[in-house]
Amino acid sequence: MGTIEVNGKVLETDEEGYLQNLSDWSPEVAEYMAKQDGLELTENHWEVINFLREYYEEYQIAPAVRVLTKAIGKKLGPDKGNSKYLYELFPYGPAKQACKYAGLPKPTGCV
Amino acid sequence: MADFEVPELKEEIAPPPVREGVTGHLKPFVADAKFQEPLGYPGELVDNWQEVAIAKMGELLGKYRSLRVFLDICVKCGACTDKCHYFLGTTDGNNMPVARQDLLRRVYRRYFTFAGKYFPKLVGAVDLTEEVLDQWYSYYHQCSQCRRCSVFCPYGIDTAEISMAAREIMDSVGKGQKYCNEIIGKVIKIGNNLGLPQPALADTLEGLEEEVKMDTGRDVRFPLDEKGAEVLLVTPSADFFAEPHVDGLIGYAKVFHQAGISWTLSSYASEAANFGMFIGSYENMRKLALRIREAALELGVKRIVFGECGHAWRVAYAFLNTLAGPFDFLDPKYPVPQHICEVTYDLIKRGALKLDPSANDHRRVTFHDSCNVARATRMGDFPGGQFVIPREILKSVCNHFYDMPADTIYDATFCCGGGGGLLTDDLIELRVKGALPRMEALKHVVEEYGVTHLVAICAICKSQFSKVLPYYGFEMDQILSLHQLVGDALVFEAQA
Repeated sequence: MGTIEVNGKVLETDEEGYLQNLSDWSPEVAEYMAKQDGLELTENHWEVINFLREYYEEYQIAPAVRVLTKAIGKKLGPDKGNSKYLYELFPYGPAKQACKYAGLPKPTGCV
Repeated sequence: MADFEVPELKEEIAPPPVREGVTGHLKPFVADAKFQEPLGYPGELVDNWQEVAIAKMGELLGKYRSLRVFLDICVKCGACTDKCHYFLGTTDGNNMPVARQDLLRRVYRRYFTFAGKYFPKLVGAVDLTEEVLDQWYSYYHQCSQCRRCSVFCPYGIDTAEISMAAREIMDSVGKGQKYCNEIIGKVIKIGNNLGLPQPALADTLEGLEEEVKMDTGRDVRFPLDEKGAEVLLVTPSADFFAEPHVDGLIGYAKVFHQAGISWTLSSYASEAANFGMFIGSYENMRKLALRIREAALELGVKRIVFGECGHAWRVAYAFLNTLAGPFDFLDPKYPVPQHICEVTYDLIKRGALKLDPSANDHRRVTFHDSCNVARATRMGDFPGGQFVIPREILKSVCNHFYDMPADTIYDATFCCGGGGGLLTDDLIELRVKGALPRMEALKHVVEEYGVTHLVAICAICKSQFSKVLPYYGFEMDQILSLHQLVGDALVFEAQA
């Protein structure tokens, strides 16, 4: 277990830095986590993060990779609707890194 | 890329000089109370843990005759020492199978044998101390239970069974592994390893129907919870979620579609994997297996088919009837359960699928035998079917197939490096190092035959390879699902 401090607030995380409580999330949390990884969040990153949050709110789970790539393809153009592009945005893997920035729990299982 | 040393790929797989304890620091996150308790285990290390552990060991020795035999029978011949991928990749002496077994064997001798009780030093017996428990936690989570060592052991000692027992003992004292136990909890609560609830699953499958329609113009269905279907397909939830797994799922759907077999997935039993096996827990394994029985009864299916998942097929093939049988309500004309590869192979043999292997001409492929399928199960009605059937399918759908070196395939196959409940980021160093022998074998066929893709029939293998291939200079998308190639080669005939 760990904590991160964002905007003067101490937030609980799990061992790998995923937020323990969904409600602790704010855009600054994503910015903070990205900075730790040496990444700067662009508008396209935010499209992914926002979609993840919307999807999670509806389904209580992160979207499957094909659901995500299709949605991003619609928003950013078909040339970006594939996992290769998502890996360019999130080098540690869209499922994990993007979920972390979005404040969602880490996907578990054989993935 | 990595904050540890990635081993160098060599021409030959050769035993390295032993370095004692170099991966003693590798251990997965310990499960906290919220992951332990739903499985019936203490939330944290109990005060009298030594007493509980020894009692548990005694219970297991009484229940599993094999465990006692394996602990008694080793003659230290050394045949196993260079057979473990984790030893070859990490060079840590404790990853030699005999050394791994000895971690438990020494304690067994101390408490359960005459010589160990009275002359412990003479027989290498040791007390169960906190240091020993820590070593167990580390090195029994550096065993993927792949059973390659047991193939070379003249007595057939199965290290997997010893590591399963060790993990069960650790669970019972409150020192469980987060990755496995969190996942088992999700299956019990929601139905699959991911925690994918029914509405999300339905939405995902609907998306796949649209995708296949766009690609092929055909209405290939991905039915969910449809009563009266002939086949219940039980597949790893990674097939819904991840790449390249999902392309395998699309392949199964195309096969069922073209063969005219009505099928369904179940949101209640939306997981083939059974991590109960990895932690050696009969009770948890049974709980998960019973979900499949309940779903099959509820949906009124005639057959149960398993998708591409290695250890799921072991549990299904070897234990399902014991755990959740009898399956006398299923159609006796078909094996109970059946593997998707058996289904596809039978259809190909009967000429029921029209295939155009030239659709895969841009691929030159090799096949990775998944450990649990290779060494713990069979397919078809002839010995060695589990090796022959996937290869025969591949050869029917792809013109360029090349096997990796003989000492790395069939029952001598090397684990992907992520099996047995180790497919977790907190063990990435171990996973990368454990993949070394397979990567060396792959490099051989890449250089010799221009192989472009590794094909597998296990969700863990697929995820593991997409993660570790880049560490060795390959691309993450060089791993494919077998049924993706089937789906790509399938020629859709006019629907009646």
